[in-house]
Amino acid sequence: MLLRPARLSASDLLRLGGTGLRARPLRAVLSALGIAIGIAAMTAVVGISASSQANLDRALAALGTNMLTVTPGQTMFGKDSYLPDESVSMIRRIGPVLSATATGSVDAHVYRTDRIPAAQTGGLAVLAAQLDLLSTVGAALAGGSWLNAATARYPAVVLGADAARRLGNPPTVYMQGRWWSVVGVLAPVPLASEINSAVLIGWQAAATYLSFDGHPTTIYTRAVEAQVEAVRGVLAPTANPQQPDEVKVSRPSDALVAQRTANATFTALLLGLGAVALLVGGIGVANTMVISVLERRAEIGLRRSLGATKGQVRTQFLTESLLLSLLGGAAGVLLGYLVTGLYSTTQSWPTVVPLWALAGGVGATVAIGAVAGLYPAIRAARLAPTEALASA
Amino acid sequence: MSQVIELSGVTKSYPGGVTAVRSVDLSVEYGELVAIVGPSGSGKSTMLHLIGTLDRPSEGTVKIDGHDVATLTDRQLSALRARRIGFVFQQFHLAPGRNVVANVADGLLYAGVPRKERERRAEAALVRVGLGDRLTHRPHQLSGGERQRVAIARAVAGDPAVLLADEPTGNLDSVSGAGVVELLRELNDAGTTVLVITHDHEIASGLPRQVPMRDGEVV
Repeated sequence: MLLRPARLSASDLLRLGGTGLRARPLRAVLSALGIAIGIAAMTAVVGISASSQANLDRALAALGTNMLTVTPGQTMFGKDSYLPDESVSMIRRIGPVLSATATGSVDAHVYRTDRIPAAQTGGLAVLAAQLDLLSTVGAALAGGSWLNAATARYPAVVLGADAARRLGNPPTVYMQGRWWSVVGVLAPVPLASEINSAVLIGWQAAATYLSFDGHPTTIYTRAVEAQVEAVRGVLAPTANPQQPDEVKVSRPSDALVAQRTANATFTALLLGLGAVALLVGGIGVANTMVISVLERRAEIGLRRSLGATKGQVRTQFLTESLLLSLLGGAAGVLLGYLVTGLYSTTQSWPTVVPLWALAGGVGATVAIGAVAGLYPAIRAARLAPTEALASA
Repeated sequence: MSQVIELSGVTKSYPGGVTAVRSVDLSVEYGELVAIVGPSGSGKSTMLHLIGTLDRPSEGTVKIDGHDVATLTDRQLSALRARRIGFVFQQFHLAPGRNVVANVADGLLYAGVPRKERERRAEAALVRVGLGDRLTHRPHQLSGGERQRVAIARAVAGDPAVLLADEPTGNLDSVSGAGVVELLRELNDAGTTVLVITHDHEIASGLPRQVPMRDGEVV
């Protein structure tokens, strides 16, 4: 008769590993919980960061990354420079520029009523705006209407989102001894936050009523996406050919991209914390398995007498450890996904958990289960059957 | 070949100079019902380990079902135990959370029997030991005598060449104990070779053949 040990089928092995866990369900759940918390933390960190990025990307896609702004810098002697009046029309003539528009800072303060003390300016800027401002900066109206050729000549204002909130959404505002009617309110403008806290008036009205000098202080331009860098290079000399070094050019979407990079750094830090939690969970599983082997010496002896090989005993305990951590890993991935979903819903972000995070979470638990279970399983297999039976 | 157990000049000594079994010769034929009897410390348990291939002799040869234990690897010994040897222990060794059929079916797990077949044979073995009406019970719902019957069913489910019972009545009252001995006798009548290890002379004297032991030697 040929003596060869029978192989255990995969389903027998799974059942065998499962019976060990079912015998002490509370212990199994608690040690799986350690793994679950670690994996949940990591999944949620990756998920929330990915969701935030998806939101930023969505915002960038909606806003476009092809906007450049031109502002006056300072002269060699440290005084504020200014942009020539014709700079906007000069910029419009650059080939790849799609549109160019400007606002000009007006030296005036705006108040809700004539009863507000003059010192309480509320930090609101008054900007003269050209009529094509909205389409170039990507702004939308929250209510009312934008200035038109007629209202741009008269005392009419459009409020930025923050300005409207700070003034309390008034029907009229008071400026330089005159009542101005509010014709519209803007929605927040992500790429030009200075507009949010501004009160916008027509170019001509600014000149007529507020002695505006007509110099643009910020020029917003949109260029063909592929030519943005080239346009950026020629903007300063075009805007102010005499003093090109007194012109500052920036790309507002760069700030959003930088924010994304900053997020990534923070995510790496949090991931490290999650990994520590996972490590502690893994140690918990190892501890549970060591205790399990010590307690179940009699079972090991019995199984050896029933004909289990050393390898089969080892595989049984290893399977048990893998199942334990997989249980934790699956629960953790699920929990992490739920946390991500919950958080991004409250932030009205899209919920994004990258596939690699899910697969990585499960893969990490398999690795942890194997490492944590290996030593206890080897100890169980090394136990001499006579010794194991004697300890009962 | 008619000897299922063949020990010749078997000695087992442990590190530290303790000799548990000293030059023992023993042969048991297929179909026998034998009692190894002796007080504690006489080397009975070591005999069980040697015959059950759980341990190897320091000297001499042990042949079980025609296989010389010395020539077999640990894996081959495991396979031999899985297919040809059934164990019954004083402490029953039943898994508490699992029903009687699952406990008995575990006896066939390492012999490579598919699951459905394991359960079928486990039920048959339980009927054979008189527990046909207890199939879904768990060990804690059974009396001591019934538990030992479950353990016996597990040992005989694979139809082994030899059934080794180590103090099978040690944890039982005399009535249950007598019932278990009666069951072993019935199994023997049906053809199973049974080797009982006991310190109880009363039980041993009721069996056809006794091998008395004292201080590691057959006397």
